[in-house]
Amino acid sequence: MDVKSTPRYLYWLFCQFELITCSYLMEPWEKVLFYSFNLAVLGLLLYTTYVCVAAHASSALQLLCSFLGNPRANALAVVK
Amino acid sequence: INHIVHNGGLYKRPFNEAFEETPMLVAVLTYVGYGVLTLFGYLRDFMRQWKIEKCQNATEREEQKDFVPLYQDFENFYNRNLYMRIRDSWNRPICSVPGAKVDMMERVSHDYNWTFTYTGRVIKDIINMGSYNYLGFAQKTGACQEAAAKVLSQYGAGVCSTRQEMGNLDKHEELEKLVARFLGVESAMAYGMGFATNSMNIPALVGKGCLILSDELNHASLVLGARLSGATIRIFKHNNMQSLEKLLKDAIVHGQPRTRRPWKKILILVEGIYSMEGSIVRLPEVIALKKKYKSYLYLDEAHSIGALGPSGRGVVEYFGLSPEDVDVMMGTFTKSFGAAGGYIGGKKELIDYLRTYSHSAAYATSMSPPVVEQIITSVKCIMGEDGTTVGEARVQQLAENTRYFRRRLKEMGFIIYGNEDSPVVPLMLYMPAKIGAFGREMLKRNIGVVVVGFPATPIIESRARFCLSAAHTKEMLDTALKEINEVGDLLQLKYSRRRLVPLLDRPFDETTYEETED
Repeated sequence: MDVKSTPRYLYWLFCQFELITCSYLMEPWEKVLFYSFNLAVLGLLLYTTYVCVAAHASSALQLLCSFLGNPRANALAVVK
Repeated sequence: INHIVHNGGLYKRPFNEAFEETPMLVAVLTYVGYGVLTLFGYLRDFMRQWKIEKCQNATEREEQKDFVPLYQDFENFYNRNLYMRIRDSWNRPICSVPGAKVDMMERVSHDYNWTFTYTGRVIKDIINMGSYNYLGFAQKTGACQEAAAKVLSQYGAGVCSTRQEMGNLDKHEELEKLVARFLGVESAMAYGMGFATNSMNIPALVGKGCLILSDELNHASLVLGARLSGATIRIFKHNNMQSLEKLLKDAIVHGQPRTRRPWKKILILVEGIYSMEGSIVRLPEVIALKKKYKSYLYLDEAHSIGALGPSGRGVVEYFGLSPEDVDVMMGTFTKSFGAAGGYIGGKKELIDYLRTYSHSAAYATSMSPPVVEQIITSVKCIMGEDGTTVGEARVQQLAENTRYFRRRLKEMGFIIYGNEDSPVVPLMLYMPAKIGAFGREMLKRNIGVVVVGFPATPIIESRARFCLSAAHTKEMLDTALKEINEVGDLLQLKYSRRRLVPLLDRPFDETTYEETED
């Protein structure tokens, strides 16, 4: 499939999604229901990622910075 | 490449059959698709039950709601929720002779395939890749049609009797002698319907106390005939000779289940070409086993007669074997001869017995005379007795078309099942939405294909089945291949991972089923 332009390629990708999840066969109101459910789940996933992973990453980064900043003083504290 | 033959040199030519394994990702996504459709099916059933939505399918009457439910099993669930969505790919009405090109009546549905209306337009010249027209005898002009028209004006269309009463015309006798000569057997008998040939004659041949060993993927007519007969049925894995040999050994050693008496008869039911897989039966090995264990062989050549073999005489000629080794050679006239009906060929005693004891001979109306004449003319054409080489040319054209089409499809990257020489070409689709999409997209591009899903195939292995014909010219095949390529790219159907594993003819035990090695 030649990648003529990005919108066309995205539309083709969307068609593949439709075919795989069989929303190609659904009536319009079923499609609305299905897509809204999918978007809701995706939104929740992204929010969970943001909340958990961001906090976890920032705390990990803080630990790393403290390691680099004061190696001797905090080494014993960390090991304990 | 391993060309060592372990089975005693039974095969005179290489046997190339391959069933590529389903890619794991595709299988998972297919299940996802079916899962989503099932959930929506439950939702729609709930809505229909609580009257939120109008119920358009068959249900019990109000008074019968407390009885045993009729429509709650999986088949009916599948029917109303999955089949209905893609129903427009089947039962399409055609309005011309189903030759290489066919005309179809256009129809639309305004309520998602519950009802159809005809627009009145006729879509002309659709390339027909779905009809069983292997040698191209489905014509409205030509020698066959003229002969059939002459016989129609002479005998009329109806026979109004069964074979045993007043329905035995001289045309039927002529046909049976001709078919016996064509197949190379002593005698043959013809019936009006191919399905009825199987289902009505197997009960006449075997009964209680006999054993039937039937292939896993046998046609419904063979299964019905086997069940009607009352014999014990055991299934062996598809085209798997080790499985068949194990069953034969067990049958001879242990005998009947409770009394341990020897079986009265052991009948092996196989088909020449299996129409859903495109695979050819391993006939040399089956015959060797049959001789070793002294059992009988019933070969159903519905798709292979006329389509295989250098002169079109079927799978027996394809392998270079003698027709006397096969006890009952059955076939149909529907596929390669452009007519309707079936035949059974074999020894004279067998056929004389069937003339008296077959249900089909005693109760079914005999074949219509114009149909008989169509078969007589087409068989003569294939044998070359009408003085031309048209028949031979057609058989060779079919073989060329088969090889070309299969090679091109494999090169494009589709998963194709079956033997290299079989004119039935199944192309794997797997996902349910792609079944409907493929049928519709091909029709938009003026090519008529047959798509098959559950219950004719296992639930994830849905496919599109192409039936090649000697009437297809190379230009038609090229057009069809171009469109299939386009649709394959559009729908992402090129699943093949090109692991061309040669078929290993090594002896393996009963635990292995896949013939290809990773």
